[in-house]
Amino acid sequence: MGSTVAEKILARASGRPAVKAGDVVEPRVDLAMSHENAALVINQFREIYEGTGLPAKPWDPSRIAIIFDHRVPAESAKTATNQKRVRAFVAEHGIAKFHDVRGDVGGICHQILPERGYVRPGMVVVGTDSHTTSHGALGAFAFGIGATEMASAWALGVALNIEAPPTIRVAVSGSFQKHVGPKDLILHLIGFLTAQGANFRVLEFTGETIANLSTSGRLVLCNMSVEAGATAGIVPGDAETVRYLREEVGVTDPLDLVTSDPDAVYEKTVSVDVSKLEPLVACPHTVDNVKPVSAVAGKPVQQVVIGSCTNGRLDDLAEAAAIVRGKHVAAGTRMLVFPASGKIWAEALRLGYLSDFMAAGAVVMNAGCGPCLGVHEGALGDGETAISTTNRNFKGRMGNPGAEVYLSSPAVAAASALTGVITDPRKER
Amino acid sequence: MARAKKTVTPRVRKADAARVILSLGDDVSTDVIYPGRFMATVLPSETPALAFADHAEFQAAVKAKAIPKGAVIAGGENFGCGSSREQAASCLKGHDVVVVARSFARIFLQNAINLGLNVVVAPGFTADEGDSISFEGGGVENLTKRTAFDVVPLPFARQAIIDAGGLIAFTRARLMARA
Repeated sequence: MGSTVAEKILARASGRPAVKAGDVVEPRVDLAMSHENAALVINQFREIYEGTGLPAKPWDPSRIAIIFDHRVPAESAKTATNQKRVRAFVAEHGIAKFHDVRGDVGGICHQILPERGYVRPGMVVVGTDSHTTSHGALGAFAFGIGATEMASAWALGVALNIEAPPTIRVAVSGSFQKHVGPKDLILHLIGFLTAQGANFRVLEFTGETIANLSTSGRLVLCNMSVEAGATAGIVPGDAETVRYLREEVGVTDPLDLVTSDPDAVYEKTVSVDVSKLEPLVACPHTVDNVKPVSAVAGKPVQQVVIGSCTNGRLDDLAEAAAIVRGKHVAAGTRMLVFPASGKIWAEALRLGYLSDFMAAGAVVMNAGCGPCLGVHEGALGDGETAISTTNRNFKGRMGNPGAEVYLSSPAVAAASALTGVITDPRKER
Repeated sequence: MARAKKTVTPRVRKADAARVILSLGDDVSTDVIYPGRFMATVLPSETPALAFADHAEFQAAVKAKAIPKGAVIAGGENFGCGSSREQAASCLKGHDVVVVARSFARIFLQNAINLGLNVVVAPGFTADEGDSISFEGGGVENLTKRTAFDVVPLPFARQAIIDAGGLIAFTRARLMARA
């Protein structure tokens, strides 16, 4: 009886010959990521050491990554003070994988980790952010945890009491139609599985379509796996993983691709033929409320958001820019663009995408989480509707419980910006 | 489903003290429990004032200090879905409430255990605001509606953290044992 990639990674990280779904393990942590909420992690970390007489030093600062992205530049004195405290901790402990508010090496944590080569196939990655599942796109076992759990990981170097999750295999075949892509695939899957259909489980993406999909597209799938409740989403490392890390990131050291055995045991297999998919949207107020764009076409939108850890990469910006190039954002609609990192921002500038957006009337913002979590930069007014390439549409998500958020691909969002209503990009001319 | 042999009994002071103060449906997200715009507020001492910040009645009760210890928040499926923000657990822990839901999202459930927030998984559970809930005998009983529900034990490996009094104490003990 073989093992899944998740079981293999957890076994290796726990120093065991094999691990089966349900076994309780304490995997060593290869990478521990936090963003601004490192402020809370630091607070909890110090509390752990209180009264012990032991120095409060992280187990391995080289394995800690801290990236400011949720509220950059700081929207309030409180955030600025939190960030200041985190900087002091970073300096005190020599944390090198620190990305401050910067236009060159700054950006969203889930973009920075792959882009800088911090994530490698076979790693165990924990992050104080639910979308840490993203990093499964590089063949790592990556999952979100709370701040106190991170403080514990900083102290002990292990993730505590993990039951190795059973795996649902997602077998993907076919080729995407024009203006249909990985965002539509993952929305389809979340709609099918429901918001808790993969709770306490791993989603493993396999099949010819995945083999041919770029790392950017894989990041979309793994990023939103958590919206079906998954502990982790994973694409086992393969030729594309090697290409991405070697050619795009410049990694030269050996890579260790961990794959599932042919006779691995899955809880079930879900098959999807993407050639039949059409553009989809997740309707308010749950991510699993998924409908074809045709079902909601014509709905007026006051704000369009392109960006986030889900869809703020260069291919996303290229697709959106191609749709708005030489045209204009509809009167009464605001279009906001947030590249996922400073590196992507610079590339999008060089390739002319940013001037396409601005000439069309969009506002190009700095790299970061933007309005996705409703803190600043693009809150919605009462009764307003947004269509966004982000990953969540919960009530209140974009800063106002009296507003509505639809989720879509960059193509649907860009087409909707031109018309001011939710629009099928296959019909926009 | 068999009635669980070992369950986590919420620290309810008196059986009749457990009243449902808030009854919610499925997929209650952490954005609803603790809206993202308050995420710069992190300390467990400061988050309880912001619990369910957009829920007018709950907030009125918070301001009036009218949330009795051990009061029940009733949820449906997938309670606590979404963000990993620990404030969603710490803000409820500060009110010493018990959350009873049909199921919980993984990260919220773990955060609750880590912080010592009482959570009870009871498939099929239903309750309206004002109902009286008893936890005697290891199950959940809605005394008002005369209905009873089995409790699913929390994931086995989590019991050690609960027994230690939360993750901070648990990890502290591990560090001391190593030293």
